[in-house]
Amino acid sequence: MASGIRDKVAILGMGCTKFGERWESSAQNLMVEAFQECIADAGIDKKDIQAAFLGTHFDEVNVSKAATPLSLTLRLPFIPVTRVENFCATATEAFRAATYSVASGAYDIVLALGVEKLKDTGYGGLPDINSVDSFQMGANLTAPGGFAQLATAYSRVWGLPMNKIKDAIAHISAKSHANGALNPKAHLRKVVTEEQIKAAPMIAYPLGLFDCCGVSDGAACAIVTTPEIAKKLKPNQDLIRVKSIQVVGSSGEEAGFNTWDGAHFATARKCSEMVYKEAGIKDPRNEISMSEVHDCFSITEFVTMEDLQLSPKGGAYDDVMGGRFDLNGEAPCQVDGGLKCFGHPIGASGLRMIYAMYEQLLERVPEERQVKNARMGLTHNLGGMPHWNVCAVSVIGRD
Amino acid sequence: MIGICSYSGYIPRYRLNRGLIFGAMGWMNPATIALARGEKSVANFDEDSITLGVAAGNLALQNVDRDTVNSVYFASTTLPYKERLNAGIMVPALGLKDQVRAADFTGSLKAATSALIAALEGVKEGSTAKTLVTAADCRLGKPGSPQEMLFGDASAAVVVGSENVIAAYKGSFSVTYDFGDHYRGANSKFDDQWEDRWIRDLGMDQFIPEAINGLLEKTGLQIGDFAKVIYPCIYAPARRSIAKKLGMALEKDQDNLQGVVGETGTPHPLVMLAAALEDAKPGDKLMVVSFGSGCDAICFEVTDGITNSVNGSISATLAAKADLDNYNKMLIWREIMPGDFGKRKEVDNWTRHSANWRNRKTVLALEGGKCSKCGTAQYPAMDICVNPDCEAVGTQEPYAFAHLNGHILSFTADNLAASVDPPAMYGQVEFEGGGKFLFDFTDCKMDELKTEMAVTMSFRRKYFDAKRDVSGYFWKAVPVKEDK
Repeated sequence: MASGIRDKVAILGMGCTKFGERWESSAQNLMVEAFQECIADAGIDKKDIQAAFLGTHFDEVNVSKAATPLSLTLRLPFIPVTRVENFCATATEAFRAATYSVASGAYDIVLALGVEKLKDTGYGGLPDINSVDSFQMGANLTAPGGFAQLATAYSRVWGLPMNKIKDAIAHISAKSHANGALNPKAHLRKVVTEEQIKAAPMIAYPLGLFDCCGVSDGAACAIVTTPEIAKKLKPNQDLIRVKSIQVVGSSGEEAGFNTWDGAHFATARKCSEMVYKEAGIKDPRNEISMSEVHDCFSITEFVTMEDLQLSPKGGAYDDVMGGRFDLNGEAPCQVDGGLKCFGHPIGASGLRMIYAMYEQLLERVPEERQVKNARMGLTHNLGGMPHWNVCAVSVIGRD
Repeated sequence: MIGICSYSGYIPRYRLNRGLIFGAMGWMNPATIALARGEKSVANFDEDSITLGVAAGNLALQNVDRDTVNSVYFASTTLPYKERLNAGIMVPALGLKDQVRAADFTGSLKAATSALIAALEGVKEGSTAKTLVTAADCRLGKPGSPQEMLFGDASAAVVVGSENVIAAYKGSFSVTYDFGDHYRGANSKFDDQWEDRWIRDLGMDQFIPEAINGLLEKTGLQIGDFAKVIYPCIYAPARRSIAKKLGMALEKDQDNLQGVVGETGTPHPLVMLAAALEDAKPGDKLMVVSFGSGCDAICFEVTDGITNSVNGSISATLAAKADLDNYNKMLIWREIMPGDFGKRKEVDNWTRHSANWRNRKTVLALEGGKCSKCGTAQYPAMDICVNPDCEAVGTQEPYAFAHLNGHILSFTADNLAASVDPPAMYGQVEFEGGGKFLFDFTDCKMDELKTEMAVTMSFRRKYFDAKRDVSGYFWKAVPVKEDK
């Protein structure tokens, strides 16, 4: 019987670049920038790293395939290197692989690094991903349009009028902008009002410009090890342990079977259940101190609160409007500014989220954005579209 | 008895007021003011002759057992493919079996009547049982030209057979002349024409009476025996002259729909025939005449079966219209004017013909599956049943979604997607009887969309790859104005 990974692995160090339109930086530059911070934080030598995982998504505008871009760039000394790719869950997937490598006893110290260079496409938004089948049969779909449908479906299922949905998602974006404005590593650092958000040009109904996350370049990484080694290397620092990481992919039921209502993520519901079980969390609404969820679009964050049991089903509107997820609320969400303000370099985002939880748990951030008494931080990625996707959830905690 | 068993006409949704054309282009050719009356039909950005032909064909086949159709003739002078059978693309989209004789008829505006005669004679000889004849054109005039004012886009179809005949075939007569009135070379996008007066006085005023008189002589009928004489001719003076020459009462001259649709080219005689059949009574004799490198003239006699025919009427398709309020949109849709669709549109995708072949039923026929174990309808059909309580392997039986109704579960209007007609509208559609898929929406406006709204499926051009000159086709959902 599998026992899971709860508390078997600790984070030794983390790094995260400034996210943004890094016109002068290549993916290789970003990898080095994140890694330098991470290895300094970990307090080890590069030669102590026994294996490495690279997370990167778009081959077309990034570092191409395989894991050699990581080993060549960091000049890793002939160690096992592996590339992982799993849509927007890519970086969390790299972190999971590193964590499992340590938990299995295969290695003591492992690196996970995620990077994405998106700003070489020449246009806004993400590059299109076309398979042979989607080219023949897929709708003329973009990410905002795919996720925008959550709003019309949610309105149909819960009877919440579209103007109220618009109010709630405006509050979500305003909150994330307020948090991002405090964070020097965020891409977008302006405070934006709910009125400005609601008046912005429409991208895909009902999502306006400020309902969509930025498109940025960035990299983030983590070095993980056993709790014993971590304690030995950092006797004076709180131990940050991995409580759980789970990844769930769609079965196709949502897209093709009539029971899915279009207003929630079947994967996120299942994935978070698995995480809470592995982490021993009975009451997520009250046990999760803070979260970084996949706010690719404001409406995604809205429905995700319910899927992760951070809000009751049908109750996201009241929680959002009541300020529960604001920085000074009961369970702050997107404490670093979220995808909203960091943008979403696909291969880096999951590790950027874990970085945000890590620095909060270690109380390393300035007072103005420090979450008080945080014990347990949750991250969530959602890759694909509402009707077929991969979802990753992780929880890390302070001893 | 041999003849027409069902018929339909299809006028695309958009109508362009000719005053808008004159307002945009009248400065170049002020004489076109004389033609700037009424409106013309314009195919949507995702329509072409193949999709129009399928639309009319499917309407004509509504109440026909499709398995009994063993040949398909498609007539058009604006075929998307020179090589690759256009009718062959249509066969699965029409829900017909693979074992059919299919052919494209082209080269002149009388291609539709030539196809119709071939179909009628084929049934008469016993070589075919039931034939679908469908015709469509989307002819282009250059901006500022008279043709741009005159031409409309449309399609029409008839099913020819020997059972349940509504208009009996009584004979035909043809003349063929190499008459260069309108012409397009192999590489021409736009229609070119010789002088109107020559076309009118030497062409129409002579060939049409010649064909009609030939048919009268052959059938032993008089012009007075006919309830309607149906022929395309845009010149009002010529119509009067022809009527006078034939001794025909003007009320027998079938309206050519010039003011509301335009001259639709190859399908036009069948579009006018569909309008005539809508008003016809048992016993009426109808004469259909085409014009293009000569004339075909065909005689029909309407039977008692006519009263029950309700398929795709011209009056219904005329009424289901929306204004195209912008002349430039037509120029963009028809690739006459380059538009800035953004860098996203420059992403190069190319057609994998081997994958097309593999997926031909899924893509062209919108065929999914129904699980023989649990009965779940699903699209697309995959090896393993989508029902999580079933998941049986290899139990999918072919199940056609193309002619089912559905309703909208979710929708959006996307301004980021690269589209010839932004915003791109799409959403989840659930079919009556089960099965769902994310479809593009077409022939609608954003502010008309609602969840629970009913939709029907329509075969459309999904993409056009200009680099390789490939048109790809799939189905889109068309919202119906009434709620579910």
